[in-house]
Amino acid sequence: MNSLPISDLQLALAAGLMLVSVALSWRLRLGLGRDIAISTVRMVVQLLLVGLILDWVFSLQNPWLVLGIGLVMTLLAAHSAAGRPRRSYPQLFLDSFVSILVSSLLLTGLVLRGILDVQPWYLPQYLVPILGMVLGNSLTGVSLAVDRFTAGLVTGRAEIEGLLALGATRREAARGPLREALRAGMIPTLNSMAVMGIVSLPGMMTGQILAGAAPQTAVRYQILIMFVIAASTVLGCLLSLELAFRRLFDPRHRLRVDRLITKG
Amino acid sequence: MALLAVRDASVELADRTLWHDLCLELSAGERLVVDGASGSGKTVLLRAIAGLDVFTTGGCEFRGRPRREWSMPAYRAQVMYVPQRAALHPGTVADTLAAPFGFAIHKGKEFKAEAAEDLLTELGRPAELLASPTENLSGGELQSVLLVRALLLEPTVLLLDEVASALDPELADAVERVLIKWSQESERALVWVGHDPASQSRVGTAVLPITGPYPLMARP
Repeated sequence: MNSLPISDLQLALAAGLMLVSVALSWRLRLGLGRDIAISTVRMVVQLLLVGLILDWVFSLQNPWLVLGIGLVMTLLAAHSAAGRPRRSYPQLFLDSFVSILVSSLLLTGLVLRGILDVQPWYLPQYLVPILGMVLGNSLTGVSLAVDRFTAGLVTGRAEIEGLLALGATRREAARGPLREALRAGMIPTLNSMAVMGIVSLPGMMTGQILAGAAPQTAVRYQILIMFVIAASTVLGCLLSLELAFRRLFDPRHRLRVDRLITKG
Repeated sequence: MALLAVRDASVELADRTLWHDLCLELSAGERLVVDGASGSGKTVLLRAIAGLDVFTTGGCEFRGRPRREWSMPAYRAQVMYVPQRAALHPGTVADTLAAPFGFAIHKGKEFKAEAAEDLLTELGRPAELLASPTENLSGGELQSVLLVRALLLEPTVLLLDEVASALDPELADAVERVLIKWSQESERALVWVGHDPASQSRVGTAVLPITGPYPLMARP
């Protein structure tokens, strides 16, 4: 069995739904109209292009080429993660890239080799979609965690410097904001796990079922991917927070909010 | 030997020099009043001595050793900055006072509620303040708590930044009495920043006038 095809007209009708958001934004003066339009166009163009190249990607036999695609995906994810926090610091892109790269590639590799035992390990039909899901969730976690951490340093500056002045190490002084930030980074993943199957039927599982897979198999894939997503999100958040911590507290145990750049 | 010394220090901000070639020495028993107009960088001086801000040039020594040879937590546990105000973590006053005893540098010391009660009483506060939530503290109560928190950790040098600015005259008197007594008890000293000339002359054994800020000197 195959999924029902969707015509251009049907897609256009669905696009009309975005007008609801735009109209509301305009009526409530949220000023989001531009952002909604840009996001919509981007998503459509990106997905259509990906649809065009996925046939080619899935036919790849060369592991280096597949890894190269994974690297480009990771770069884009890092760029997106680094762009979101309201307060940034000069090396944020690099730090996001390192934490997302390590956490996502490690976990995706672990699944492909250690759990699913896909042959060959770089089989793009598995690697690309799984990496994509893992990246998407890691980047959300990382950007939320860093956003909360930098905000916590700015609003909690008096408390943190109060502790430093009493002889706290930078790690002792940062413990509260670090814990809050890790929590903030994990909340979306934990929330989605909590309602999965009850409120939401996740996209991958729905997709497999629509494409004719047995629900039993689809459910097992979904459980597996959720574990991978949770693990890579927590690892990505921890790494990015550790890196941000080292940028924003110097080795002389001084809080360096002066290194933060607030976006307009 | 001086407990604390600052040598040839300056702090330059983006557009001005707060002060330059600043030197001070603080010996046991001394209480140094830093006197200067608002905006002259008194707070920055105290924060820079505490290592929370940086000196643009110069530096300081504690017990004859340059600060860079000290681990910063060990140095700050001895040379302790008390801010005019600070945010406190949610919880009771007792929790706030006990928290620093969990830092690695204060391992071996123990929080004693009786000592905290005695100090609060000496500062004119009821001992019951220990049980109140930090969110409910008035500006003046907060200052008393910040001072008690520092004193309980038994530092050698206190850097006091307007620690009585939100207090009624009687309570401010109590703070001065406690601190003068404290400075005489052992090998201790303090630096006092405060606006009130009368309390400056009651507290101080020496005065460091600072003038400034100055426009930034053009560099070759």
